[in-house]
Formats: sequence, structure tokens, C-alpha cells
Amino acid sequence: MSESFTAKIWVLGDDIDTDIILPTEYLAYKEINDMKPYAFSPLRPDLASKIQPGDMIVAGRNFGCGSSREQAPEVVKALGVSCVVAKSYARIFFRNAINNGLLLIENQELYDQVKEGDIAKVTPGKSIEVNGKTYEIASLPDNLMEILNAGGLVKAMRKRNGLD
Amino acid sequence: MGQTLVEKIIGNNVNKTVKPGDIVTVDVDWCMVDDIMVPFAVSKFEEMGFDKVFDPDKLVLIYDHFLPATQVDDSRHFRVGDEFAKKYGVKNVHRTEGICHQLMTEAGYVKPGQIAFGTDSHTVTYGCVGAFATGIGYTEMAGILGTGQLWLKVPETIKVVINGKLPGNVSSKDVILRIIGDLTSSGATYASLEFSGDTIDDMSIASRMTMSNMAVEAGAKCGLFAPDEKTCQYCNIEYTDDIKNLRSDEDAEFARVMTYRAENFVPVLACPSLVDNIHPVSEMAGKKVDQVFLGSCTNGRLEDLQTAAKILKGKHVKEYLKFIVTPASRKIYRQALADGTLEILSDAGAIITTPGCGLCCGRAGGILSDGEVVVATNNRNFLGRMGTSKVEIYLASPATAAATALTGFITEA
Repeated sequence: MSESFTAKIWVLGDDIDTDIILPTEYLAYKEINDMKPYAFSPLRPDLASKIQPGDMIVAGRNFGCGSSREQAPEVVKALGVSCVVAKSYARIFFRNAINNGLLLIENQELYDQVKEGDIAKVTPGKSIEVNGKTYEIASLPDNLMEILNAGGLVKAMRKRNGLD
Repeated sequence: MGQTLVEKIIGNNVNKTVKPGDIVTVDVDWCMVDDIMVPFAVSKFEEMGFDKVFDPDKLVLIYDHFLPATQVDDSRHFRVGDEFAKKYGVKNVHRTEGICHQLMTEAGYVKPGQIAFGTDSHTVTYGCVGAFATGIGYTEMAGILGTGQLWLKVPETIKVVINGKLPGNVSSKDVILRIIGDLTSSGATYASLEFSGDTIDDMSIASRMTMSNMAVEAGAKCGLFAPDEKTCQYCNIEYTDDIKNLRSDEDAEFARVMTYRAENFVPVLACPSLVDNIHPVSEMAGKKVDQVFLGSCTNGRLEDLQTAAKILKGKHVKEYLKFIVTPASRKIYRQALADGTLEILSDAGAIITTPGCGLCCGRAGGILSDGEVVVATNNRNFLGRMGTSKVEIYLASPATAAATALTGFITEA
């Protein structure tokens, strides 16, 4: 979990709700991959085509508010987003992201200090370095780390059922 | 030290005293899966390697978002649900009876003090009967279906106290919108929002449901009302000492207490495109409106339809405006049919649809396009929620919706 990586930053605002992350219209597509082009489309129709695997999202407060649709964190993960850094998260989105192995980092300062296109070095559980500054980040609670370390909730349950 | 209502509900479930921040594993009393999420929950359940549902009688499948189907793949969701129900012996399947959050209490499932999870964020609605209920994703639901359990963090409580008599043109919708405006869209994140005071005591269960339903719009984990005699009557159970004890103790510790006088509330709107962007209706009066929607799990109940009928009786909505009415369940539809409410609304020019979620989430029946304005009684005005991202959505009470339908402009009732 603590391997460092570098990532290009995309900046979104406060209250990025799950209808923005993935509108209801596309929720019934059979595969998450088919939903990818429509991610963030109400706000920025071209964003999904610009995000490259490994990029990160930096946002303000209450990221992922609204609906419980798990397609939202799944589609962000499917786009190859390496992590999301926000001032705060809505609780259902937070759980759904962890269950799918999407790394979420809570940080109060970064959003006001970076601009789109900046490159950050992220060390999960430790720090984010960007524009010559280092921001300390906290680790997740133990029970969530267990799920993340197992590779998500599906894998944790398969292990419980003696399948892996 | 006393305990809050949510601490009591969770503590009773895990048989120990709990405090905010504790992480506990609860035994789940009810699981609700809606049609959108059925195929996803089923595939995760099978991928996890389970071969039976922990208790098929505790699972309720409800088809509501895609009724009637509007996209070619929608009916696949019903088929997958039906096949799953047959294979695992699930008897509680509601295929056309109404919106999941209406049915979970109306059809007699969720009772005071129980713990329920659903694959939709408005699962918080069941807090109206004093149950801990909240939304989760389909992967966690699949885990519960296999194990019967889920971990959760015991939340802090934000207590809202309202005393006095509400003005005649103010409903519980105006009250909860004002509270969300004061809290902001994330002000109750992770917390239990608990409503009390004599104004609340006077409210019908239907009015309380409107408030529980929208607790999540302030980020809350649940929106609770202590069960009273009215609750027990609605749930068809006895008002026992155990149920009487399901209320926060006087000396319980609250993260925050918000106190209101009922007389100070006014009709309000949540303006585009955030639920906490609250303004008095009078401030927005005169804005031209293309469509009015009365319905949803927030405000599709009999009293909501009756409120609109009272305003529209013997009159007709503005000729250019589409007025769409969607009762929250078939039971409500039939009650409104029997008491003449639907006739009044139909005479007034309403488009009356089958119970379901369609329009609220922009999935069916009434989608709007660029530049159009809708006044709607549902719970979210997010960008693109009811059509394109250039639609202006104003959330309102049933009375404001009906008064607006009549004039074609935002109008206070």
C-alpha cells in the first residue's frame, strides 16, 4: 500500500455528486467499461476522454454526495484514476470506493494549493508532494485497511468462503 | 450518561452499550434491493461464492426505477431479479406496487428499532418509524445477503427540536429544506439526524417520511423520529414499553442541538443546483415554469395529493405547463382514486402516471431539455438530474407545486 506514485491532477469543485460522476441514464449499462465515456458528463462532457490511467482527482468538500450508486466509484476506478484527494467525502461513496479498492485521501489543504495539470507524488498513508510542498496524509482505520489489503470486499468474501 | 436513539437501536442489536465512533458488526433485519441495482448485487453475490441467502424472508426486491421500462435493456433487470428470487426462495418481490421507500414501511416490513439497509440512498426514509436505515452499495449488499451482517460506525447525533404550530402554507417539506439549508449539504455527514418537539409530535407519519427521506441531503447516515402511538398504529403493532424506551434520554450527549419555532418557517425552494441552496418562495415568485412534478418517495403520499387537489379543485393548470403527478404506491393511487383526489387533479389537467421513480431521477416520463424550468416535489436538484444539465430544478412542497402549476409562474400557496 505504501508504494509511491506520481500522478497528473484534475481539479473538480465542492459537492461533486454521484449524478455528476455518472448520470442515472447510464447506470443500467451491462459493463462498467461501457459507462466510462459518460463519467462527469453533466459538468465536463470531455473530461472522461482526457483522463489517462494513473491520473488523480483533487476536489473540495463532500465529494460523492447523493445517490448510493456504486457505479460511481467503479467508473472512476475503471478510468484508471489512481486516487481522489478531497476535503471530505459523502459516507456511502466513501464505503463504496474502499470496497472497490479505489484509494480516497482526505486532505484540507491540497485543493486550495494546486491547479489542473500539476504533477504530484503520492505516498499512500504518508504524504503528497506537489509544487515543492509536502502534505501529510493519514492512514485509514484498521477495518478498512483490511478490506483494501484484501483487494476489495468481493475478494475478502471469496477468501471467507474458502475460494481464494 | 444517557443514550441517544441511534445508540439504543444499535446497542440493542449488538447486545452491548455503544458510543459514537465505535465500530460494530450488526445483524441486519431488512435488506432492500431496487431494480437498478439487482443485476449488480446478484453478480457480486455470485462472485463472492455464496450459495444461499442468509434469510430469504429478510430480503425485499422492489422494481420501481424502470417502470414501465423505457430503455431496451431495462427489462433485463426484472428478469435477473425474478430468476434470483426463484433460485434462492425470495418471496418478497414487488413488481409494480410502488416506490421502494414507500413500500418498506407501508407493506409492513420495517418496524421501530430495527436495522435496515437498501441499495438506494433514500433508504434513510424508514427512520420515520424509528428504524436505523441507510443506503449502501451493491457490493456491501451482496455481502449482507451472504452473511446477514454489516459493519458500521456508531454515529453522533444532531438533534433538531421544533416547537409550535406551522403556518398553514408550510409543510414538512419546507421544514426539512430549511434545516438542510442551515446544515449545508455536508453538515450532517456521518451523523444521525434526530427530529423532535411538539411540532414533530403533531405531524402525520407521511409528513415525517418527507423529512427522514431528505436527511441524506445533509449527508446524514439516518434521519430518526422516536416512535409514538401514531407510529405503532401505522406499523400495526402494540405501543409497548420497549418501544416507548426508543427515544433519546434527557441526559444523552448530542454533537449539536438545533432549535426552531414552527411559526418562523415559510414556504421555501431549493434552487439550482444544490439541495442546500434555499430561498423563500416569495423571493423567486414570478419565474416562468415549464413543468411541475408532484410525486416521488419524498412527496407522493395521499396527503400530498390532497393538498394539491385542494388548491386545484375546479381550476385548470396553465395551458403551456405540464403537470405530472406520480403517487408513491398503488395503495396511495387507489386511495386517491376512491376519495376523488385523482379526479380533481385530472380535471385540472394533470398527467397522472403509474407509481414509480422514473421522473425524479430523470429516467422516464417527463425528461426536460436545455433552458426549461421545473418545480418538483422530489429530493434532488442536481445538475442533469431531470434531463439535460441546462434544466433548472426547483425543489418545493406539494402546495407550492400546485400553486405554481395553476399560474405557470413560481407562486407561494
